[in-house]
Amino acid sequence: MRFDSLLDSLGHTPLVGLPRLSPSADVRLWAKLEDRNPTGSVKDRPALWMIDKAEKEGRLTPGCTILEPTSGNTGISLAMVARLRGYKMICVMPENTSAERTQLLKMWGAQIIPSPAAGGSNEAVRVAKGLAAEHPDWVMLYQYGNEANARSHYETTGPELLEDLPSITHFVAGLGTTGTLMGVGRFLRERVPDVAIVAAEPRYGELVYGLRNIDEGFVPELYDESVLTTRYSVTSEAALRRTRELLGAEGIFAGISTGCALHAALGMADKAVKAGNRADIAFVVADAGWKYLSTGAYDGTVDEAEKRLEGQLWA
Amino acid sequence: MAIEVRIPTILRNYTDGAKAVEGGGATLDELFADLEARHPGLRDRLVDDKGLRRFVNVYLNDEDVRFLGGLDTQVSDGDTVTVLPAVAGG
Repeated sequence: MRFDSLLDSLGHTPLVGLPRLSPSADVRLWAKLEDRNPTGSVKDRPALWMIDKAEKEGRLTPGCTILEPTSGNTGISLAMVARLRGYKMICVMPENTSAERTQLLKMWGAQIIPSPAAGGSNEAVRVAKGLAAEHPDWVMLYQYGNEANARSHYETTGPELLEDLPSITHFVAGLGTTGTLMGVGRFLRERVPDVAIVAAEPRYGELVYGLRNIDEGFVPELYDESVLTTRYSVTSEAALRRTRELLGAEGIFAGISTGCALHAALGMADKAVKAGNRADIAFVVADAGWKYLSTGAYDGTVDEAEKRLEGQLWA
Repeated sequence: MAIEVRIPTILRNYTDGAKAVEGGGATLDELFADLEARHPGLRDRLVDDKGLRRFVNVYLNDEDVRFLGGLDTQVSDGDTVTVLPAVAGG
């Protein structure tokens, strides 16, 4: 396959079957390999669409500075596009994210403003909103409320999935900004009767929920509960175990949030088997495992890895 | 009466610091009322007059109760209910 530039190669990622983890010929699991994007994550899609939209609207002009709260992947994707398009990039990132993310961001030329570990991404959002108010010339694309985030998945990820798997019955993805689930979910619901849209939400260690007040919680503006069929909370232990199973059984080296999605996908597969229904369950491999090597996620026992991951943001 | 309810750090001032408490009831609403009897003030942090508070997520055996039946969700002995504040990802 030949493309005019790196950005032109974005998307059209492989959908691969999981013959060993699928419970039967009638209940099958399929992995959408979003790590095969230019910077190695699903976030390349929303990053490009958000920047394209801001350019069309005249919000972004050459020399502008982009500001974004991010736990990593969105920042990396934005930094890559920003570099190619001539923008400065500032990321507000929680300090409890992996070392690889910081290095990658700097490599693509982004400046990082750390936000406190306690409170996780909520704090990054709060800090970024404050900075945006102080610097009205900076452009905050704001992935949590930017319609182009979900739109990128409605226009690309969704159609790719349906083309490759017309018999799809379930779509499972991690819940962060909710952009993937909202975009793909809406696209599939319009075309596939009774399709199940399932969210897998990472459950972190207690530090990440270290809010001062329950009313400081955060629900992304993009989130529309009616798009989802259901939503599961997945522990770090389950996510780590599934990440390793995916590598051991199918050879796929994925990031930890993929294990989270796989855990929910396997739960759906189990329900389909028990109900005697056929199922084609597609889930998102949001990124590969490279960025998490330093967390020790793949080293030693799952228990040891879980302890090392305590207090880290892994999705 | 043995439904385990896991309490987030931020609400443990209502449970004398306990990470998990036990309660009973046929529905989530009854369970929260039962907890309120021993942990006064807790229910008000979870529920307002419109139902579950916006930034409170409650999971029955890891599934979000908003997709099960909200406060009318059926619960039974041996279930685990987890309360978590809503946080951002991405």
